[in-house]
Parts: sequence; C-alpha cells; structure tokens
Amino acid sequence: MPKAKRPKIAVWKFASCDGCQLSLLDCEDELLAVAGAVDIAYFLEASRAVVKGPYDISLVEGSITTPHDAERIQEVRRVSTFLITIGACATAGGIQALRNFKDVKEFISIVYAKPEYISTLDKSTPIADHVKVDFELRGCPVNKYQLIEVINAFLNRRKPNVPTYSVCVECKRRGTPCVMVARGTPCLGPVTQAGCGAICPAYHRGCYGCFGPKETPNTVSLSAWWRKLGVNDHDLVRAFRGFNAYAEPFRKESERYEQR
Amino acid sequence: MSDEQFIIEGTDFQKLLDALRQQGYTTVGPTVRDGAIVYDEIASVKDLPIGWTDEQDGGRYRLQKRNDQALFGYVVGPHSWKKFLHPPVLSLWKARKNGKSFEILPNRNDSPRYAFIGVRSCELHAIFIQDRVFTNGKFIDPHYQARRQKVFIVAVNCVQAGGTCFCVSMKTGPKATLGFDLALTEIIDGQKHYFVVEVGTEKGAEIIQRVPAKPAQPNDIQIAEERIARAAQQMGRHLDTTDIKNLLYRNLEHPRWDEVATRCLNCANCTMVCPTCFCTTVEDVTDLTGTEAERVRKWDSCFTMDFSYIHGGSVRASAKSRYRQWLTHKLASWIDQFGTSGCVGCGRCITWCPVAIDITEEVRAIRESEQVSKKGE
Repeated sequence: MPKAKRPKIAVWKFASCDGCQLSLLDCEDELLAVAGAVDIAYFLEASRAVVKGPYDISLVEGSITTPHDAERIQEVRRVSTFLITIGACATAGGIQALRNFKDVKEFISIVYAKPEYISTLDKSTPIADHVKVDFELRGCPVNKYQLIEVINAFLNRRKPNVPTYSVCVECKRRGTPCVMVARGTPCLGPVTQAGCGAICPAYHRGCYGCFGPKETPNTVSLSAWWRKLGVNDHDLVRAFRGFNAYAEPFRKESERYEQR
Repeated sequence: MSDEQFIIEGTDFQKLLDALRQQGYTTVGPTVRDGAIVYDEIASVKDLPIGWTDEQDGGRYRLQKRNDQALFGYVVGPHSWKKFLHPPVLSLWKARKNGKSFEILPNRNDSPRYAFIGVRSCELHAIFIQDRVFTNGKFIDPHYQARRQKVFIVAVNCVQAGGTCFCVSMKTGPKATLGFDLALTEIIDGQKHYFVVEVGTEKGAEIIQRVPAKPAQPNDIQIAEERIARAAQQMGRHLDTTDIKNLLYRNLEHPRWDEVATRCLNCANCTMVCPTCFCTTVEDVTDLTGTEAERVRKWDSCFTMDFSYIHGGSVRASAKSRYRQWLTHKLASWIDQFGTSGCVGCGRCITWCPVAIDITEEVRAIRESEQVSKKGE
C-alpha cells in the first residue's frame, strides 16, 4: 500500500490507567503489521512524534471525569472520522465510576490537602455520553485480538467480529466446565459479554464481569441464584460494582440489592 | 455378526486401548479435569476417571469418590462427542487476493481418526441424530462426514443413572443397541472386575482378537442385563412424550413461557452442552492489509440475538421467544424436520443450566395445565 494512503490513526487518553492502549503495544507479533498498515499519527504512549489531524481512526481510552476533558473530547470528535472507544472506562465510566454512587465532594475534602485546587465532575461517564461513538470495544483491559480485529474491520470496511453474547459461550467452546455448576463458585459469566476468551473460569475463578453486561442480560435471575449459593446482599452489590459498575444493567442490579 | 459375547478382565483394559492405538486411532474418552469428567485424549487406563462418580441435579454437578475402582462409574459430563465430530471452532477456507481476483487456498483440515471410549447409549443416539442433520439428504457436511466415517466407537452401557437422566423416557437407553463397534458392560462384584463385551461390527471383531478375551458365559450376560435394568429404574428425571409435538404446538402462547423467561439467562449453556444442538455461525476475517481472508465456523446458539438477526433487528428479541424456540425445536419441530426427537434424555441441559431450568419440568407444567383446564371443563 503506498505510504501516503495509509489511514492515520490516533490514540487518546482520558481518565484511565493506560492498560488498554498498552494492549496495542502488547500486540507484539501483530504490532509491525499494524504499524505497516496504518500511520500511527498520535500515540503519546508510544512516541513523542505527533502528526497533525484530522485522523481516520481515533482510539479513545478513558472516561470523562473533569470539565476540561468534557471539552477535549469534543475536539477529538471534530478531528476524527471514526471514533472507537476502547475499554471499560471509555465504554462504561470504569472503576472510577464508583464515585457516581457517592458524593464526590466528600472524597475531595478527605483526600486532598487543598480541595480547592481540584476541578472534577460529580460523575465519571463513558465517552458515548458526550459525543457520537462509532464503535465501543469492551473490556478491562480490552482483548488485544479484538482490538486488532476492530482496527482491521475498519480498515477493510467490514463489520467487526465482536460478539455480544455471554462469556459462557466462550467457556463452552474451549471446554471449560462451568465453575458455578461444578464448584458452586459465583460467576458473572452468564450476564457478561464475551471477548476475553473466558480466562477466569479456566483458572477456576468466577467471571468478574470485566467486559460489562452482555446483550439482554438477566441479572435478576443470576443474583437470585447467587443468593442460593450463599452470597449475601452486600457481596452482590460489590460484585456488580466492578469495572463496569455504571453500565446500566449492572448499576440497576447493585442498586436493587443496596436498597434492600 | 455373531451374537457371541466376550469377557475382558479389568486388568486387561489397557490392552484394548493399546490395540486401538496400534491400529492408528487417537483414543479419546473420559478423564477428570477442572472438577468434572470431560472428554479428552487418553493414552492410558490411568487417564480414566478411576473410582470417581458424578452427582447431578439441576444446576449442580459434583465429583464424588466411589468405594470401588470402576473405570466408567459416572454418567455423562459437560462435554459430548460432538466436540470431536463437529468442532467448536473450525476454519472452513482461506483466500488470497490475486490482482483483481482471488484464489481459494486448499483447506488443510486433517481430521484425526478417533476411537471414542465410553460412549453412552444416549450419546450414540445423539450421534445418530447429528448424522441425520449433517450427512443425510442433499447437503452433506464434508467436515462432519470425514470425521464420522473414521470413528471407532466403544460404547459403555450404563449400570447406574444420574440425577438428571431420562433416557428411558426418550427410549434412548440405558443399553446401547445400535451403532457401536464394541459395547461394554462394566461389572464389579466383590474382588471381580471385568467387562462383558458385545461386538457390533467387523471392525469391532478385529480389535477384540487383539485383546485377551474369553467367551462370556450366560451367567455373565445375565448379570450385565440385570445391572442395566437396574439403571433403567434409577432415572432422576421423567418426560412424558405422549403426543408431545401437538402438545407444544397447541401451547405456543402458554403463560409458562413468560414464567421461564424470568429465570432464563439466555446464556446459551444448554445449547452448547446439548449433544444434538448443531447450529453454527461463520465469521469472515481479513488480515490488516486486506490480502488474505479466512472463513471460520463456530458453534452458535439460538439464545443469542445475532442468531435471528435480519435486516432491522432480531426476530427473537425476547428471552421468552428464544427459550420457546429452543424447547419446541428440540421436542416438536425437530420431529417434522428430521423424523425424530432432538432430545436424547442425557440431562446435560438440566445439570449445566446455571439456574437449573429443567426441560422435563417445563413440559410437565404445560401438560398439567391442560389437564387441569380439561378437568375444569
């Protein structure tokens, strides 16, 4: 492909841990192919060299937590043809969305010596609450193969193969016996979107819900079963308040048990 | 085939595996892994679940120690033989861009020659049901067919039933009556441990000749029959199949579908563990430069939204419609489509449903509601 025609790609960071953009650097074998196929024009984690916009694809990591970022995301949207959000922070508000269930001003007064220097929003919110998003890639962190698949799909103008069904489908395809059935281990897999490759159950752990709610999740039924497995209301609230705490189905379920 | 049956001593079981492996078969069978008895490659009798059994109920499976050294003292686990005959993920073809055209690259799906060790009667019926789906009629699935034609089947008759078993209701067990090369009945009687072996095919007879085996006495055969008959009395579940097709067709708007939908996670586990569910999706993938493409087939499920997606949305958007589709296909429209029920009564969908939804209970609820309303008339 002639160099001039390579699509320009930018990687942006908002409130996040950088883990998702590191997934791109973590692509190792595929990284050279990615670098060959696209012009990495703005990726501060990887290079200080910056090519000016506009960009064909913007990968956005992180959630919106400050008034400054709420403005910055508008600028990112303006200079991007396709805007793809990557990771639980960008798609659901991330672990920092736990603030959404409390009074953030109280935290500030406890944590910071000079609270008046802190300019922050009441809530941590996903990018799609602020601008139009062309594709949301879930995960905490995102799965690097899914990340390549999404970039690949946009480059080749096809639909990304990113299924929205449960983690259970991945467990069964790889032959992992269900940890909930065979061990009585509470697992969020039946309400969580596939994509990680069902890692935790393969190591005899229940799913933590890193990829957020699946399509049409029945959290009410799953919680009722967890109660039968001996999980108390408090722990149920905590289970749904992970990296995707503010994704609506998980939020509603945790609030239902918090209010009991 | 002669009706002659044989005895193989428990201590000689390894020789049966050896004979199969010497004939070039990859021996696959039950083994303990991750808290369950799964199917995987086995080379040695030590790989078998010696002295283990499985305790099963709705949404619950536990391994338990037996007080003997049975090799096949369990029922069925989360895996079924379809993972070998109809792999969960399979590359169908690859293509490479060639100027303005493209070329299809040869498919290198070398399918192994499997010997299945420990196939239960319900599972034999499940294989026969999938045969009808994949190798009958106008459109043959070459991938399934290639694997299926080469398989050697060592069936094992059930001498105990599990908590979610209902093969007797579905007339699929517990005794293997068709489609095996060898069928074993494991007998443990005090210090005695042996297998009564029935030969089903010429291939089976050839293998038996390579294993120390002596003719079975009428008494041995009788003991085996008694043990199998005892298993038939132990079924943990029962499904009344009387006029089941019309029963379900009559009740497509039954309120029970709404009720089960409140419990159903639409997680797809039941379809994944079902030994007859065969649905797949295909994913087309490209490399980053767009010069190579690949089509991959993966197990899919009628419980996903994408499964019934057509332009504008999913036909079966509600959990109710998806559960109803699965159950009525399995037990009713399957009969119209393939001439048999799609259910073999193995109980996997009951055991491995994370919230214990029970297909026999759902049918019973619908049937009983009709009986109640008839009485009320």
